[in-house]
Amino acid sequence: MNSSVIIFPGSNCDRDMDVALKKFGFKNEMVWHDDEQLPKSDLIVLPGGFSYGDYLRCGSIAGKSKIIKSVVDFAAKGGLVLGICNGFQILTETGLLPGVLQQNKNIEFICKNVFVKVNNKNNKYFNSIDKDVLELHIAHNEGNYFCTNDELKMLEDNNLIAVSYCNEKGEVNEKSNPNGALQNIAGIFNKEKNILGMMPHPERMIDKYLSGEDGSIFFKNLINNIK
Amino acid sequence: MKIKVIVTLKNGVLDPQGKAIQQTLNGMGFSSVNEVRQGKFFEVDVNEKDEAKAKIKVEDMCKKLLANLVIENFEIL
Repeated sequence: MNSSVIIFPGSNCDRDMDVALKKFGFKNEMVWHDDEQLPKSDLIVLPGGFSYGDYLRCGSIAGKSKIIKSVVDFAAKGGLVLGICNGFQILTETGLLPGVLQQNKNIEFICKNVFVKVNNKNNKYFNSIDKDVLELHIAHNEGNYFCTNDELKMLEDNNLIAVSYCNEKGEVNEKSNPNGALQNIAGIFNKEKNILGMMPHPERMIDKYLSGEDGSIFFKNLINNIK
Repeated sequence: MKIKVIVTLKNGVLDPQGKAIQQTLNGMGFSSVNEVRQGKFFEVDVNEKDEAKAKIKVEDMCKKLLANLVIENFEIL
């Protein structure tokens, strides 16, 4: 299975993602944002970081990069596109996913482990995953998901809220919402569920001694679903 | 020609920075401040002599990059 990680100026989770993808069997290539062509890929990843220093709005300038046109074409053909953290912000700024990631409600950069509930397993990312609640890491200043009422209704009606912030027991409530995100939204799909954007970082949870392995579960499951 | 643009958050969209500024002003003794909304100001130098044409170009820029119309409004001054 082939994957590609796009590097933007200011990406900083690109190499962690490369390590994670390779650890679970992907043949990964790093792709520079100024390239126009994507290598043959089964999965494209937009990694976390601070592309273009978060100037203007997070992800807005990266969303106009040369490579993005190829990513949009790849997604339109049903290709899997995963955006983590800044990658999620880039996906909303390109219009591949609805809504926007605003500044955290408490105006603090949040860096901690959180639990997220997997809401929909009928897709390549979570099909057959044997856990309903994953412990993952978040590190962001703009993770406060917001969209219009119509967009929220569309997400709910089509079961496109991929993961929601919750507590250890899987209860989704205000107390388990770290950043003020609408309906505790931590990640969403597009309608076809080939595009997933989420704030938590599975690539930071792949070592049983350092971090816990719920990210490992995510990647093992993903590559099995693509095979 | 320089065209000036103001981008503001739409009504009802949470503005945590504006809120923090308001609370700070209140704390400094400016007790009459009810609310602060923070926005952005752009000055775009367009290579165009006709003001109307320049503004049409800047409007397109606002829609495509300078503002995120999900949460922001823009005004060309």
